Amino acid sequence: MQLKKLTVAAMLIAGAAAANEIAPADVVFTEDGAIEASLSGSPGVAENAPEIMNKGAGNCIACHQVTALSDIPFHGEVGPSLDGAGSRWTEAELRGLVANAKMTFEGSMMPSFYKIDGFTRPGDAYTGKAAKLPLDPLLTAQQVEDVVAFLMTLKDQ
Amino acid sequence: MTKRSGSKALTWMALSSVVFAAPALADESAKLVVNDEIEMITETDAPAHLDGALGTIRSGWTFRTSETQVLQMDDFDNPGMIFVDQALDQWNTVEGSAGKSCASCHDDVESSMAGVRAVYPKWNEEAEEVRTLVMQINDCRENQMGAEPLKYTSGKMTAMEALISVQSRGMPVDVAIDGPAQSTWERGKDIYYTRFGQLDLSCANCHEDNYDNMIRADHLSQGQINGFPVYRLKNTKLNNAHARFKGCIRDTRAETFKPGSDEFVALELYVASRGNGLSVEAPSVRN
Ligand code: HEC
Ligand code: HEC
Repeated sequence: MQLKKLTVAAMLIAGAAAANEIAPADVVFTEDGAIEASLSGSPGVAENAPEIMNKGAGNCIACHQVTALSDIPFHGEVGPSLDGAGSRWTEAELRGLVANAKMTFEGSMMPSFYKIDGFTRPGDAYTGKAAKLPLDPLLTAQQVEDVVAFLMTLKDQ
Repeated sequence: MTKRSGSKALTWMALSSVVFAAPALADESAKLVVNDEIEMITETDAPAHLDGALGTIRSGWTFRTSETQVLQMDDFDNPGMIFVDQALDQWNTVEGSAGKSCASCHDDVESSMAGVRAVYPKWNEEAEEVRTLVMQINDCRENQMGAEPLKYTSGKMTAMEALISVQSRGMPVDVAIDGPAQSTWERGKDIYYTRFGQLDLSCANCHEDNYDNMIRADHLSQGQINGFPVYRLKNTKLNNAHARFKGCIRDTRAETFKPGSDEFVALELYVASRGNGLSVEAPSVRN
């Protein structure tokens, strides 16, 4: 009985969150490429980030070294180490970086994780076939928030 | 390259020795001499037409681990040579309505095909098009032998490409990019610098801006094709350049081009020209 009430409450919150979600096309960036508001309308859950940043949706580790994730093998060297990112950047700046790093670093090689248009020959995931439009962003609004929450924990020692 | 902290490097090594093959980096001063005989140029000054985009061009061989490198140093160890032998049989086999084999027109492959790979893709005056080696092989099959064309990336085709390439081993790649080939070359260059797919990455992002860096467990090379067709340990067969292009574009979450398409022919000419001066190495061995 108690449990059931809790589930209902959780569902209500989830429903409310989806209603507050900002769609990729509606994201507002500051002049410096930051995003002030939570994309999902909910706080991020840092504990969910390692899985997202490993193989799969985020694959951040392909390009970045992160000491806090050293139990995951093979960190790349294409981008800078993310150690200390939470000291170098504000939460809004990190949200902007993950959603669309090109708004911060012009021409960056880093993929835009919360963007669904403006691509050349977008594909259907990794099949090599044409994408079914509209595209889904690489990360959901909540996944972006989860990754940002984790990055905020990466403070300079 | 990014420096790894001590503890990170330890975890990395501990993990890789148990679960993964250790990604030992290549010995960059290693020299490639095949069969104690053919001295390969695996590193040289970039051709002038690269306009300083690269200072030095390096064969993909220089980026591989010493375990992989050694497989290419002797034909008895090189698994790609099995396919070359098969293609030699094919060279002498009569096929098609004209009752001819390759040998009927070209005799001995060693002498007739020496130097051919080094200058392909190449402008064909009569057809008024840039032809890859695969296109030329299929043109012979269809118009000289009356045989069916082979599929662009099929095993039989790639083996024949390798057999012909072997006859140029050690010669410097020297494809022409001017004259009538120039517009195709320009088109290939455009494709090389276009950012494709949802990951929005160009060939240059990985192979010009980031060669020598690790992307995940892969040590990025300059994406040269002087070693093609290559035998890959990963799929245990010979792979031609268009198959590799397709794989790399697919990995950007893009809709790829088709092997043999005008786009990939142009890209092959352009990428080959980036390696002008490196030795023809086919069949090379990669992971
Ligand atoms: C294909 C490569 C690539 C991938 C994948 C990638 N990044 Fe990046 N990232 C870069 C590069 C390159 C830069 C440096 C910015 C520049 O110069 O363009 C960067 C910069 C950053 C920065 C700012 C670095 C600093 O502290 O100064 C953060 C934070 C970041 N990335 C986070 C992420 C996260 C989180 C993910 C995954 C969700 C990710 N990146 C995936 C390439 C990548
Ligand atoms: C996201 C990164 C990425 C992009 C973009 C990319 N490649 Fe690659 N490519 C790789 C990796 C990783 C390998 C395997 C390691 C190596 O040889 O660099 C590879 C290998 C190759 C090879 C084999 C080299 C050899 O010596 O065996 C060629 C050729 C190549 N790429 C060409 C291209 C071309 C042409 C494009 C653009 C159409 C392209 N690549 C785009 C990552 C990429």
